[in-house]
Parts: sequence; structure tokens; C-alpha cells
Amino acid sequence: MTERNALTATRYEDGSISYPGHPVGANGSEPVDTIDLSEQTATVVTWTTSTATPPGVREPNHLAIVEFEIDGQSVRAIGQLTSDGVEIGDSVRPVYTEQLREPGAGIREPESQSWDGYRFEPVE
Amino acid sequence: MRDVAVIGASMTKFGQREEWLQELLAQAGIDCLQDGNVAPKEIEHLYVSNMASGEFEGQTGASNALAHDLGVLPAFTQRVDQTSSSGGAGIYTAWQSIASGTSDMTLLVGGEKMTHRSTPETTDIIASVTHPAEYKHGVTLPSFAGLTARLYLDTYDAPRESLATVAVKNHRNGVNNPHAQFQKEVDTETVLESPIVADPLRLYDFCPITDGSSALLFCPLEDAAQYTDNYVSIAGIGGATDTHVVHERTDPTTMGGVVESGQQAYEMSGYYPEDIDVAELHDMFTILEFLQSEGLGFFEPGQAWKATQNGETASDGQLPINTSGGLKSKGHPLGATGVAQGYEIYQQLTDDAGPRQVEADVGLACNVGGFGNCVTTVIMEDER
Repeated sequence: MTERNALTATRYEDGSISYPGHPVGANGSEPVDTIDLSEQTATVVTWTTSTATPPGVREPNHLAIVEFEIDGQSVRAIGQLTSDGVEIGDSVRPVYTEQLREPGAGIREPESQSWDGYRFEPVE
Repeated sequence: MRDVAVIGASMTKFGQREEWLQELLAQAGIDCLQDGNVAPKEIEHLYVSNMASGEFEGQTGASNALAHDLGVLPAFTQRVDQTSSSGGAGIYTAWQSIASGTSDMTLLVGGEKMTHRSTPETTDIIASVTHPAEYKHGVTLPSFAGLTARLYLDTYDAPRESLATVAVKNHRNGVNNPHAQFQKEVDTETVLESPIVADPLRLYDFCPITDGSSALLFCPLEDAAQYTDNYVSIAGIGGATDTHVVHERTDPTTMGGVVESGQQAYEMSGYYPEDIDVAELHDMFTILEFLQSEGLGFFEPGQAWKATQNGETASDGQLPINTSGGLKSKGHPLGATGVAQGYEIYQQLTDDAGPRQVEADVGLACNVGGFGNCVTTVIMEDER
């Protein structure tokens, strides 16, 4: 698995963290480290179920913005949910999925990005 | 820096049109030149606001094609693409061309042809603005709206019905707009019982897919009276960006680009939110009207839903918002939208809005690209 398609956050020289990473941090500082979020639990910030999905995307598509706590900082990610029935504040954990949507079915060039990644599964 | 006037405005009927982009652009461009009493040869700069003519219909180079069709050669021309805010960015670019002294007469034409594509295809073309980390999950602009609406309702304990109020109000306004895609009222029940698109948002929380074009004509303020008695000035304008990755925003219910561009426009104009008499906001989704009216300082955070439910933003309210019907009723042909917002403010300030007319000397338009990724806010003032 390449770094790009992992659930990997980036730490910058000034201590800030973002997911996904950027060539330059929000405050202009350079990336210095990566943090694997795939073994962490997160909290649901908000969620939706999309029923009007584009080509190559499952329908319905359950999505959430989730928040990880890393070294006292909150780091957010967006991703598919494994199921509906979550609520704001619920705990979820990442679950690896080989293909989140069908490459080539939509407008984006299949080779331009990865298509695997992590869905979020409610933690009992 | 020179003061800038808008001396002409036009728009085609929005909706499902048989014409393709080039013809729509030409219709709006010709009408605008006639409205401003300006001959084609007087145009020094021609800007075309358009997001995705290549993706939608395989037509690129629209600005040069339009320059030829309108007979404005050898005017400088350029396409302005800023996704859904291409029109607002076009206003910014046209304003720059006059304010800087680079051009003495600038025509801006915005347009998009979309309805020949299926809804999933169109959704995907628009969603191509997203980061790869978002796109691979099937994140769309409507799903951003659903995520944000849920958080807003939860954070501010606002009822779901308050969002429906936006749709009902804007459809009511659109009845009086002959250019609107939908000239029909809807009631709250219809909104709340329509199919779910991105929970908790339903079909009537979303603008339609639309074809159409709109245009504005700019010149130095000191020259405006030579052409027409009906002109307005660009009192203030601001453009700003927010994060490309939406979930990286500190507060997803705050649109940073709206706040920043609004502050720039207020500072330049000397006006404050309470001075605005009429506003056109980018209600691509009902939730966006709340977020923008709060970001622009019309209401405190978490208060827009109450103000809307109390009728403060209705045509006969304290601050009429989206007298045109907004994107919700008028339609949203991406590149045309920001220009058409300017058209509505121009019509209102020159007392030419017919049955939609409200009392207004100062108007504001806020055009949003992506999900608040790029924003232009413009304040216009009656100079007659």
C-alpha cells in the first residue's frame, strides 16, 4: 500500500497535523512526519446518506466526517461508513476496503489517483 | 484605481434549452450590448465565465468563439473558471480590467449548458472539484450539503422545517421572474415529503440542473452617463478562498471564504451588513443561504434560520434575500450564476425588477464555488 492510499495524516514542522497531507502546511511549514490513523478510533462529527450518487459509486452511499484525537489535536477525515445507523458523537474505527468506487466509471482518470481506502465502522 | 460602473445587464431564460453554449452566450452578449447602448467595436475586454464546457459538450475556446460571434474583435478575451463561482470571479476580473485602466469597456458573459447530461454525469462533473481523498469515497457537492445541514441543525437546535422555509420563499420569489427555470410556488409539505437526496436534505432543498447565460457591461464610472441613465457602481468587491478539503475547516458551518470576501467588500465600500437593502446569495442548497447570511454578518451564527422563519428575508422583509428566486428557483447554470446574481442586483437598483421590485439603493451578491472553496462578494450602489 502506498502512502497516498493509506489513512495517513501529515505532521508539519510547526506541530500541526492534517489529513490528507499537503506539500505545505496551513501555516507555511514543511511536512516532517506521517501518522497512521488506520489503527485509531474516531468520533462522528456529522454524517449523511447520499441517494443521488455519481457513476461507479454505491447507492445509497453513507458518508461521515470523523475526528481523531492525535497528541491533543483533532484531525478530521471524510469517508464512507460501513452501514447507516450512526449518530453524531458515535465512535467508529477504520476498515480497509480495496475499492471504494469503480475506477473509470466517473469523469476522473483512473490512473490519476488511488481507489482503495478506509470505511468507518461503528464501534460497539 | 478608477471607480467602475455597470451600464448594462442581460440574461437568457434559464432552464432546459435547446441551444448549445455558444448560442446562449451570444444571446446574452448581444442583449447586454443593446441594453448598455454600446457598439461591439467599443469592447476592449471580453470575459467568459464558464466552468466546464469541455466536459459538458466538448467545446473549448468559448471566449474566442464569442468574440468572433459578437463582432468585438480584436478585443482581449479570456475564460474565467472558478467552478460554481466562475460568474463572481468574472465580475472580479471585469472590475479589475476597468479599475486598473487596462480596459475602458468590458463585457462579461457567463454561461453553461448542462441539461443534456444525465443527473449522475452532471453530479460527477461538478464533484470533480473535490480532492482525491474525497472523490474516491463518492463525495459529491450535495453530500457536503447533507453533512453540513445535519451539523448545523444539531449545533443550533434548528428544526428541519427551517430549511424548507428557504425553498418555499425562493420559489415564491421565482414566480415573478420570467427568466426563472421554475415559476411555481412550493409549500413546506412538498419540500419535506420530497425524496431524500443527502439526508437530511431532500430534492426541494437543491437547485436544479440548468442551461443559461447572463451578461454585464462595465466601464469607468465617469463615462457611464454617456451611455445610459441606468447605471450602478461597484462600491466594493472581495474574493477569497477556503480549504480545498472541506473537512479540514475548523468549523464546517462557517464558510471562511464568505466571511473574508464579505469583509473585503464591506471595507472597500464603507458599508456594513445593516446597510445592505437586497442580497443575492448562492442557495445551491438551502443550507447555504443560512451559512452565507451568517458569514456576511446579516445574522449572528445560528440565527439565520430563525430570521428566515420570521420572514425577515422575504421580499417584504427587513432584508430581502434572493428576490430573483435564487439558484433554487431560477436555476444554476454554473458559469452564468454569479453574473445572473449581478443582473438581479442591477435590476433592483435601477428599479427595473418589475413585480420583484423592492426598495433598494445598495445591493450585495455572493457567489460560491465548490462548497465554499472560492467566493466572490460584490456590493453595488445606485448612482442615478
